[in-house]
Amino acid sequence: MSESTDAQAKSGFDLGQGPGRLLVWLYGVFTVAAASRSVVQMILDFGRAPLAYALSAAAAVVYAFITYSLVRGGESARKAALVCCAAELAGVLTVGTWTLVAPSAFPDATVWSDYGMGYLFIPVILPVTAMIWLRRSER
Amino acid sequence: MIDALTFAASLAALALAAWCGFAFKRDQPTKDWHFIGMAVVSVLVLLQLVIGLVRLAGGDKPAQGTAIFVAYLLGAAAAVPAAGFMSLAERTRWGSATVSAGAVILAVLEVRLYDIWGG
Repeated sequence: MSESTDAQAKSGFDLGQGPGRLLVWLYGVFTVAAASRSVVQMILDFGRAPLAYALSAAAAVVYAFITYSLVRGGESARKAALVCCAAELAGVLTVGTWTLVAPSAFPDATVWSDYGMGYLFIPVILPVTAMIWLRRSER
Repeated sequence: MIDALTFAASLAALALAAWCGFAFKRDQPTKDWHFIGMAVVSVLVLLQLVIGLVRLAGGDKPAQGTAIFVAYLLGAAAAVPAAGFMSLAERTRWGSATVSAGAVILAVLEVRLYDIWGG
């Protein structure tokens, strides 16, 4: 984590320390989970549920960016991560509702289906926790 | 795969999660004994990785697909060591929380592995 200590020296605080370390870990895991899920499914059979697989890939990109921002630290990374967490929360709520209202559009599940039920609802808990952490580490 | 090994790895992961969760509750970072615990869990999971690959090489087919099975095997093997390295960088209670979360994730992966193999 040498990058994060450098960033800390420059900006005066570090988003990826203390409770932030746990968030980095969980976001890292979800990046890998969403990315590998969408890659495997797209390679095996993209035609079966293109919308679901594309949404998983989009989720992976958002998770990757938030992980990177938390590790980088600093004020601009904090703001960028806040925006992405809001987008993530909006995504989970939209896709979650969408999968319940129109299940026929989703022959296969995404990371965000049914508000992330297949992932112990962590996809919906994580952005809320992250936003609380990002707001608290403002000073 | 050998169901007993999957079962043992899940139990060991849950025990590690509880142990590090306890350290978190007592406001302690991970210590040498925790790292020995992580090593034990990692050895079990590496053994599982080797046996899984040998079984695949021997012509066995997982019920839900070989690619997904291998992805989960690799993820399971990486989970606890990765969390352990993060706890080396984070010498507070939050390092313990990270390892605890990693162990819970491993337990979930083990359940999925069992399904994917066709239990």
